[in-house]
Amino acid sequence: MARNKEKLVLLLDVGPSMHSVLPEVEKVCSMLVEKKLIFRKNDEVGVVVFGTEETNNDLTKEVGGYDNIVVLEDIKVVDGDLIDTLQKLPRGTVDGDFLDAIVVGMDMLIKKYKDIHKGKKRLCLITNAIHPIKDSLEGTKEDQVETIAAQMTAQGMKMESIVVRGRLSQDANTRIMNENDRLLSIFSKQTCTRTVYVDSPTSLLGALKTRRITPVTVFRGDLELSPNMKIKVWVYKRTQEEKFPTLKKYSEKATQTNKFATHQVKVDYEYKSVDGSSKVVPPEQRIKGYRYGPQVVPISAAEWDAVKFKPEKGVKLLGFTDASNIIRHYYMKDVYLFIAEPGNTRAILAVSAIARAMKEMNKVAMLRCVWRQGQQNVVLGVLTPNISQNDKIPDSFYFNVLPFIEDVREYQFPSVNSFPVSWQPNEQQQKAADELVQMLNLAPSGKEEALLPDFTPNPVLQRFYHHLELKSKQPDAAVPPLDGTLKRITEPDPELFFENKSVIDALRKHFELKENPKLKKSARLLLPEKPSGSNHEDGDADVSAQAVNSIEKSPVVKIEKIGDLTPVQDFEVIMSRRDSPEWVGKAIKEMRDKILGLLSDSHEGDNHLKALECIAGLRKGCILEQEPEPYNNFLRYLNLYCQQKGMSNFWQLLAPRKLTLISKSEAADSDVTDDEARRFFVKAEPKPKD
Amino acid sequence: MDLDPEDVFKDEEDDSDNEIFQQSASSKEYAVYLVDASPKMFNTTCPGKDQKDETHFHLAVSCIAESLKTQIISRSYDEVAICFFNTREKKNLQDLNGVFVFNVAEREHLDRPTARLIKEFDCLQESFMREIGSQYGIVPGSRENSLYNALWVAQALLRKGSIKTADKRILLFTNEDDPFGRLQGAAKADMTRTSLQRAKDAQDLGISIELLPLSCPDEEFNVKVFYADLLGLDGEDLVQFMPSAGQKLEDMKDQLRKRMFTKRIIRKITFVITNGLSIQLNTYALIRPTVPGAITWLDSVTNLPLKIERSLICEDTGALIQEPPKRFQPYRNENVKFSMDEISEMKRISTGCLRLLGFKPLRCLKDYHNLRPSTFVYPSDQEVVGSTCIFIALYRSMLQLKRFAVAFYGSSSHPQLVALVAQDEIAKAGVQIEPPGMHMIYLPYSDDIRDVEEIFPDTDDDAPRADEDQIQKAAALIKRIDMRDFSVSQFANPALQRHYAVLQALALEEDDIPEIIDETLPDEEGLARPAVVKAIEEFKLSVYGDKYDEESDFLGKGKVGEVSRKRKTIVENAAKESANYDWADLAENGQLKDLTVAALKTYLSAHNLPVAGKKEALISRILTHMGK
Repeated sequence: MARNKEKLVLLLDVGPSMHSVLPEVEKVCSMLVEKKLIFRKNDEVGVVVFGTEETNNDLTKEVGGYDNIVVLEDIKVVDGDLIDTLQKLPRGTVDGDFLDAIVVGMDMLIKKYKDIHKGKKRLCLITNAIHPIKDSLEGTKEDQVETIAAQMTAQGMKMESIVVRGRLSQDANTRIMNENDRLLSIFSKQTCTRTVYVDSPTSLLGALKTRRITPVTVFRGDLELSPNMKIKVWVYKRTQEEKFPTLKKYSEKATQTNKFATHQVKVDYEYKSVDGSSKVVPPEQRIKGYRYGPQVVPISAAEWDAVKFKPEKGVKLLGFTDASNIIRHYYMKDVYLFIAEPGNTRAILAVSAIARAMKEMNKVAMLRCVWRQGQQNVVLGVLTPNISQNDKIPDSFYFNVLPFIEDVREYQFPSVNSFPVSWQPNEQQQKAADELVQMLNLAPSGKEEALLPDFTPNPVLQRFYHHLELKSKQPDAAVPPLDGTLKRITEPDPELFFENKSVIDALRKHFELKENPKLKKSARLLLPEKPSGSNHEDGDADVSAQAVNSIEKSPVVKIEKIGDLTPVQDFEVIMSRRDSPEWVGKAIKEMRDKILGLLSDSHEGDNHLKALECIAGLRKGCILEQEPEPYNNFLRYLNLYCQQKGMSNFWQLLAPRKLTLISKSEAADSDVTDDEARRFFVKAEPKPKD
Repeated sequence: MDLDPEDVFKDEEDDSDNEIFQQSASSKEYAVYLVDASPKMFNTTCPGKDQKDETHFHLAVSCIAESLKTQIISRSYDEVAICFFNTREKKNLQDLNGVFVFNVAEREHLDRPTARLIKEFDCLQESFMREIGSQYGIVPGSRENSLYNALWVAQALLRKGSIKTADKRILLFTNEDDPFGRLQGAAKADMTRTSLQRAKDAQDLGISIELLPLSCPDEEFNVKVFYADLLGLDGEDLVQFMPSAGQKLEDMKDQLRKRMFTKRIIRKITFVITNGLSIQLNTYALIRPTVPGAITWLDSVTNLPLKIERSLICEDTGALIQEPPKRFQPYRNENVKFSMDEISEMKRISTGCLRLLGFKPLRCLKDYHNLRPSTFVYPSDQEVVGSTCIFIALYRSMLQLKRFAVAFYGSSSHPQLVALVAQDEIAKAGVQIEPPGMHMIYLPYSDDIRDVEEIFPDTDDDAPRADEDQIQKAAALIKRIDMRDFSVSQFANPALQRHYAVLQALALEEDDIPEIIDETLPDEEGLARPAVVKAIEEFKLSVYGDKYDEESDFLGKGKVGEVSRKRKTIVENAAKESANYDWADLAENGQLKDLTVAALKTYLSAHNLPVAGKKEALISRILTHMGK
């Protein structure tokens, strides 16, 4: 592990035009160090900021110049302090010069490591590159960059530049930007530099690879086109899920005072006979049994080894076929990359020729792969061309695993055309859907594609490392809410939805959804859980976001009827619906019916309390909505009703609960004075009619 | 695919809370194989395997045997009974003449197939004449009607279970198209009538009768004579019957051993299109790697199954831990602890819904944007009426505009960005090949994508690119090795087929393991065709020139040369170093332990011995080598 120690210098632009994205820069850099603290404890990191008011670096002292560049942390083995530094980057006051910063960074690496550790030294530049770099004393800026690039290559350094553009830096001078882009592209051409452009805070979080994994080949050997034509290839994983870290189990049994306690937990498995005896069966006495109908057939490992399928190692071509024959959703696993053996020019040419021909003819190749000797099965998959856009990088292939017949389950589904007419969208509905699909475009031409997987970080991992850092300082820290920037991954972009409000409204208008009345109980499963990440609303969310969020709080499944279980709550929900003015009237009418229903169904007053609750709810709702009339009328009617049905005992329950008429002071529209309201019960009691 | 036993029970990566959605027990199939054992079945032959003629009886029996061997793997919960009619002996609960129900010990008449049933059924043909015998059950002058009896027995066998949970079938094998042909007049009419009535009664009880007719070489089975009435065939069905029946017989013999899964919903999810507009979708697993099947650990002495008990033990104190322990991550020189609640809280970054985020053109979905098998989604109006309508509208728009939807699927265990790709229905000859609906493709995060192409950029020059001629030659090659009618998943998994074959051979104590053809091997013959060879040679020439062989040799040698040269220098240096010591003397006087490890290693390297291990190990290795 130690020999793969990476030496990294972060070059961060903190000039005024970068201030808006610095929180993201802080987050992504801390995450980088947090991951290193766990996975690559021996890596060394230094931090340089530029665009600061102050100047503090070796080159200034030695040769002068290199102003407004501060070395925040010298190159050292990663530690917690580094995170603290990165979490509060200074806010600069000057427009920074990224080329000077690169030189300072290089100088640090050269001074510390001389010319050893080739290929392990890396610079990481984060800037918006919208300000001009200083003119060179001799030669053009291009010459200057080329000199630096040559030096970088000679020292075996790599660079990663993340250029923040687009929405994040609007008012920039195009001429300067183009010049800077051209200068940066010289690095890409002449050195090991990866330059990416990002235009949203979310993709900034995803653009920097926070965890370097040394790639390991899955296979090295021949790609056999036929028995007498083979191309030397190396195969790597192109995608592989970065899993949530496996946390060890913690034992609290050891005493607090025991300094040497490991707190580890051992998981022990015991194999016992089912007949109830507690005897443990030793490993050598265990044998695997496989089901055959109702029986279990014991087969020992040795027996299996003798007879099992043993394919020969090798990657063989089965043939080519039209790309349209392979449907995308058949891809089974993470993706492999086939590259020609590095340094083998002929192999690179052969791969390039086949990849380009495949691309032109729209063909793909089928392969049968056995990656290593002793593998228990063959892998069948499809090879698709990956034509390189970068002159430095050779053409290659992607490889996706395809299913065998046994892996495909042939379930039948009704054809969409076979549904009844009521389930088919009509012309307007189809039009509304077309509009939506067209307008909610995440990849508009001329703009960066939003949520590009390559730039979208995993929010769960981000949250885990954040929480880990918090907990290391304060052991009982609560799980932090999901970062606002990461919410752009889990929730729709309010800006995009706001821009297309008319399209969305049209969609809502044209389609009607109803809860299936027959399935009341299970429908609750559809009610959204409260997301833990959105407990706290962002203070800095803009107006449109708030507008969207407030709508969001309304339940997903609309309650349209007052149910038996929670009539008061249902009533409140319906009363607060804003999508039609009719709801209030409807809710009041339904509530009245419910109360009368409760009273008439009441057996020895068992429903009375519930009815009282409902009346209280109705009263509250009517005051809130300033609709006193319906309530007052209902109460007067109830008075008569109780007399007729001989339910004066119920009526007497109302007065102590202050469920009297709504007076003018409570709702301006009321025609009942406060006095009248107070007297309502008094008068009603002794003399039934008023 | 790795045959990972850990994955055996996993049908879908989802967590356990979807279990409430699982549909109730899948419907089973109860089948009675009804085989005509009349002398005619033994007397007529047809060309069978190996160009040898085989009797119709043999054909029927081997067909059933094959079918049982498939069934025990694919649908082992289905139940079967095997019943012969026109037999000499009788064995049935109703004690009817001419009907013999075949069975083995420890098994009800209608029950799941067992290895023993298959094995004994395989050997049945030798003993059949002796123990069961063949005899016409329908002869003039007798009132016996063996067909009627057979149907009755079969129907009685199928009385078990309700037709709601089970599919009931009678499969009738015969080569006699006119069972009552020898009878005359009233007797014939009467027997025909009662047999038809018996069949109709069975069908009214929900039992379907399927006929597998065997044609004589000189005369085709004429279904119209009698069986059309029994099966209730007319019109188009009647015309289609014979060809399709032949196919059915073939299918029974050549079925693939494959575990069958009944269609079930994995989970029901809410798809939030926009606020206030949420529809219900059901998800299905259409493509999942199949594993051989559950493993049960057995005690090799008693062959009894074992149960596994898992216990957590504290490493410091050795105490047993009862409650689920907390987790920790070493970080900044201390252990940061997390409760399980905190971990699940951390993973819950969204509601459990699927949330629409927007749409992208299909070309944005790259080949490397994949991690796991996709999941199929199909709308349901069961809980939210109107879901299907919106779904269809979006589905049609997406197909027409060639776009896919990007959504966030906030499942509690694995929240992920997904692409929803609309798939048009594809049907061939009335069979649905691709169902209409959307496929949920799990997208990687930037953390999951590795930029491996970028590790080896040639810093001096641009990477070599093929020229026009080389591309042309490659194109010619591609045209030559084209698989025109290729469709995904036309290959059987050789390891899995081998597994089943081995299992069957061991369970049935067969001597030979049936050969499995590995369909995944390249078509050597096709590749050896002159036109293909020529295209390959031309391509080779254009890329490698005439140095292909040299190059591969050179590369191989160059690599080996470098490594061996390195090794050689090490050995030489070590030999030089080690010559400084008088090893024999040191060993003699037990002074080896006074040397440094580095010095000891020089001796080992000089003699090509392993240099790993502790000092004691090195010394003993040296002593062994010197023969002491």
